[in-house]
Amino acid sequence: MFSAAQAAGARILWLFGVVASPALAYLGGDASSVSADRVALRGERSDQSMLQYDLHVITAATGTVVNEYTSRDNRVFAITWQGPTPPDLRALFGAYFPGFQSAAAAGAATRAGAHRQLSLVQADFVFRAAGHARAFRGRAYVPSLVPAGVAADDLP
Amino acid sequence: MPRFRRWTICLAAVSLYACGGGGGSGGGSVSGPSVAATTGSVYASGGANVVSVTVGPGPSAGGSSFNVPYTSVTVCVNATNSCTTVDHVLVDTGSTGLRLMASALNGLPLAPESDPSMSGNTIAECLPFADGYTWGSVVRAAIIIGGESASDVPVQIIDDNAGFSPAVPAGCTSNGSSLDSVAAFSANGVLGVSLFSQDCGRYCTQSTGNYDWYYSCTDSSCHSTLEALDSQVVNPVVLFGADNNGVILQLPSIPATGAATATGYLVFGIGTESNNSLGSATVLSANASTGDFTTTYGAQMLSGSFIDSGSNGLFFVDSTIASCSSSVGAQFYCPPSTLDLSATDQGNNGNTSTVSFQVANLSRLSDANFARDDVAGGASSIAGLGSGYFDWGLPFFYGRTVYVAIEGQTAGGTVGPYFAF
Repeated sequence: MFSAAQAAGARILWLFGVVASPALAYLGGDASSVSADRVALRGERSDQSMLQYDLHVITAATGTVVNEYTSRDNRVFAITWQGPTPPDLRALFGAYFPGFQSAAAAGAATRAGAHRQLSLVQADFVFRAAGHARAFRGRAYVPSLVPAGVAADDLP
Repeated sequence: MPRFRRWTICLAAVSLYACGGGGGSGGGSVSGPSVAATTGSVYASGGANVVSVTVGPGPSAGGSSFNVPYTSVTVCVNATNSCTTVDHVLVDTGSTGLRLMASALNGLPLAPESDPSMSGNTIAECLPFADGYTWGSVVRAAIIIGGESASDVPVQIIDDNAGFSPAVPAGCTSNGSSLDSVAAFSANGVLGVSLFSQDCGRYCTQSTGNYDWYYSCTDSSCHSTLEALDSQVVNPVVLFGADNNGVILQLPSIPATGAATATGYLVFGIGTESNNSLGSATVLSANASTGDFTTTYGAQMLSGSFIDSGSNGLFFVDSTIASCSSSVGAQFYCPPSTLDLSATDQGNNGNTSTVSFQVANLSRLSDANFARDDVAGGASSIAGLGSGYFDWGLPFFYGRTVYVAIEGQTAGGTVGPYFAF
């Protein structure tokens, strides 16, 4: 567990040390930016080290819980979320967002009657979401970054 | 008068199905003998709290999907006789609040909701869906649905004709694709009659800066804002003078092969009139935060399950059922022969109900039939989150009377939120 002070310290070091990095953690991005996500989501953060990855849990002020998974080589390979409102997917998906957005738009007109879920499976990006009033859940991951032996579709 | 003519057609359609569909012809997904007659009234005689709902072709302005239940809603400028009636409004138990396409309003000048904290600004909303968002201004309008009415109702006007001038905020477009079109819903609007009173609830009164629902706008730009509960887009049922604790949606049984159209009823109130008693329906209390209950399907315990008239099929994970080809729709199931299946629903109150249903090969169902029982498809694989789901979509409603009781309200002696059938 990081204390709030440690998290703040890590963020300051990150700000000074890696100025060129994007401002938010994102899929495929550097793990050090997870703390920036906590700030962006105005949430509380806790961290757990698992055998094959680290799990960073950010509970946003809205009540939505965002889980960010980082591999041993320090990259965000999966993100899951659950709560009364979806998180800001543009911030969380980083470079994968434009591809996600265009893929989601491509089928929009054929999903009449089916706005409660969406699965997009692209070569290097997988998105699965479900949602209705007050309950939004989903996951996104980058298959090529998922550590061997980890089933990205089963991550909590 | 158009309203009268439509009503006559609906009654004729009801008679047709009462005669033609009542013979127990395989009954599609109807659960054995548990058909409409065992729970709830027959609403053909109407009533002030009854409005007809038709599953049929979509609006001519675009798109046509199967299994979309439509009703008509009249909206008026507050305290005036300046009104328009919008047809083909989707009756949706999975969302909250009335949303109408701007293009369907015939230019009716509805009053924008003003921002109480910034003079001159008006309120807009970005409603999230699992696969996108709807964007547009929030207005205050009087509404009339059947014999029920309410005034000063916050309603979202979906900006499907670029008539709303501020650019869509980046925070809104973060949720994927725009659903701002008649085609995206195969409807001129959505009547969200879920278990909840407001669309967002307390979350939107506490925090901005994540994915934001409400915005304060000038003519040229918007910034996210908190929105008080009584200013949020509201389940209009709670604002009716009576019959305001929930709804009942009843659709007729249809043949397993489907029907060109099917006409049923949306009834306001539960246990408030002689025609809307809960009767012997099984009450499944829902999780007060999520509106979900638990469905057990095979070895899967799916705690994120819900009943949703806005879904055009039953959606659940079963890797043993073949998917359809992409030309039919890869999200649907196309088994070689019709499957007889069942699942058990359990409410938070412990009540259970086992539901039998069938899954047909969608590619063999006629495109001419807009009402199709036995349609199912896969669910998003999110079981790892501890809340996999069974989406009991529109096929569940055929041959059933389904009660949707609003959070915190006593309906038929039980406090909502609950589903009953």
